[in-house]
Amino acid sequence: MSTTNDAPPQAVATTAQAATPHAFLAAQTRWSVFEVAFWLATLLPFFLFPTYLSLASQIAITALFAVSLDLILGYAGIISLGHAVYFGVGAYTAGIISKYGWGEPITGLLISAAVAAAVGYVTSFLIVRVQHLALLMITLGLAFIAVELANTNAWLTGGADGLQGVDTWNVLGIWRFDLWGRTAYGYSLAVLFILFIVARRMVHSPFGLALRGIRENPVRMPAIGAPNQRRLQKVFVISAAIAGVAGALLTQTTNFASLEVLGFQRSADVAIMLILGGTGRLYGAIVGAIIFMVARDQLADMNPQYWYFWIGLLLMAVVLFLPGGVLGGLARLVPARWRKL
Amino acid sequence: MGAQILGVLFDGFAYGMLLFLLSVGLSVTLGLMNFINLAHGAFAMIGGYVTVTLMNYQGWPFLASLPIAFLAAALVSVVLERTLFRRLYKSDPLQQVLFTIGLVFVFSAIAAYLFTTEIQPVRVPEYLRGSFEAMGYNFGVYRIFLIVVALLITAFLVIGLEYTRFGAMVRAAVDNQRMASGLGINVETVFAVTFALGSGLAGLGGALSIEIVGLDPSFAFHYLVYMLIVVAVGGLGSIRGSFVAASLLGIGDVAGKYYVPELGAFLIYVLMIGILFFVPLGLFGKRA
Repeated sequence: MSTTNDAPPQAVATTAQAATPHAFLAAQTRWSVFEVAFWLATLLPFFLFPTYLSLASQIAITALFAVSLDLILGYAGIISLGHAVYFGVGAYTAGIISKYGWGEPITGLLISAAVAAAVGYVTSFLIVRVQHLALLMITLGLAFIAVELANTNAWLTGGADGLQGVDTWNVLGIWRFDLWGRTAYGYSLAVLFILFIVARRMVHSPFGLALRGIRENPVRMPAIGAPNQRRLQKVFVISAAIAGVAGALLTQTTNFASLEVLGFQRSADVAIMLILGGTGRLYGAIVGAIIFMVARDQLADMNPQYWYFWIGLLLMAVVLFLPGGVLGGLARLVPARWRKL
Repeated sequence: MGAQILGVLFDGFAYGMLLFLLSVGLSVTLGLMNFINLAHGAFAMIGGYVTVTLMNYQGWPFLASLPIAFLAAALVSVVLERTLFRRLYKSDPLQQVLFTIGLVFVFSAIAAYLFTTEIQPVRVPEYLRGSFEAMGYNFGVYRIFLIVVALLITAFLVIGLEYTRFGAMVRAAVDNQRMASGLGINVETVFAVTFALGSGLAGLGGALSIEIVGLDPSFAFHYLVYMLIVVAVGGLGSIRGSFVAASLLGIGDVAGKYYVPELGAFLIYVLMIGILFFVPLGLFGKRA
């Protein structure tokens, strides 16, 4: 946006209007009371449910993964049925470097993010070329190929047995990963919060606005001088990196990675959570992950066949009656003057 | 060696014809309404379970159960289309995908509840079993039967689409939906009829496929991927494209499993991604 400040002659006349987009973006960036309350509430599990901290850390990790999908799906309109590829790449990267002697968690996250971003960059050339059904099929195909590769290269990934012997060191050299998941939850929550702020800043930047433009009308954006391809690739790579961090967190907090981290099931589940919570509002990803994971934990005794019966019904109901997800439905209940507190 | 290649080609083509029956309806309906119907596999599964029920519990002969499988799948699909799917034609693709995936979950769970997760056995009649030898290879009678049925249906579809009034209406609607309705074609009715026909063919394909690939509640999901590959690679709304893509996929799959089993399904997906990268609309596709 700095380019507009150079003020070429014709822009001077429209300074008043040029200030409006800044004001618009600035107003969106402001933190509301709801948001502060929400993040304070994420600390409650430490006091209220100390026996459920492992679950809470799983939820934070899944929420981060859902946020990464929301960036490409909710903001840029790229539908992916194979986002678990990047989650899985991050998970395996963190596991493999730890297995071969480097178990420091924070650098582990960074390395995993870099590797996932690299894979994301290579595959983004395929993704931005196609739309609609072809896009679904390419993301699906990539997901199957990733599982196949991880399965056949058992010397590296452990194949169907999973990756054994992962050993994660203390966080910052101080906090040991304990049996109750205190460190795991604190660590996952901190990473989720930091990356959430990054994502929040990004979607409220001019870049984020351009992405929403592409989502709304992919033909018009290039016509008004904002080419799509580089922007879509950029957000895809960022999203892949965040998904990779989420995957790395899972490996580090559980000291294990299996083929399931890459599977279609995970890609489908995260899309379900996002729709459930509401796309294109970041918090929808987190709310959806909380609802989905808590429900699955509570109904864990149920035969998986029947669990998917209810998930199926829920999905159909959400699409038909609550197209904006839970948060979209709630937002309609809140009077407009309260929304920007 | 020659007989072996011939055998792989024959088995692959028979398998491809099965995939063609399963997916041609999806291709035409996707081309018509751009509605991504992932529940198509579930309609195929309904056909399969109808045949299993009629044969194993009611004692019907195999051939008599096939039309019922067609009708049952067509009926269920048209009821769903009129009540639920039509609300989603204007929604974005993700909503359609998730809604129809939800439907697949529900159907699979119902199938598991009614028929358990076991693979359902079906005994095809004596005259469709066995094989005969020619040119040093054993040709399975059932596979020949499959190919004949698929070719007859292809001929029927092509003639119906090219030379009838209704076929002309379908083609017009696929090419330009707004123009077609501007000319007084009731696109919704055309779509409902096509949807029922396509799902019925999937049901028939589901019934015919039990002998080859077995039937259990995961059928809807497992073969959905193959159907989507056929549709995406062949191009939306194109019968010719579906036929070519299904034959290629069938032969490629059988040949891959025969000659390079260690690669698994890897080859199929790489090929699909490669084709879609260079021709995103599919081999015979006109529009996305």
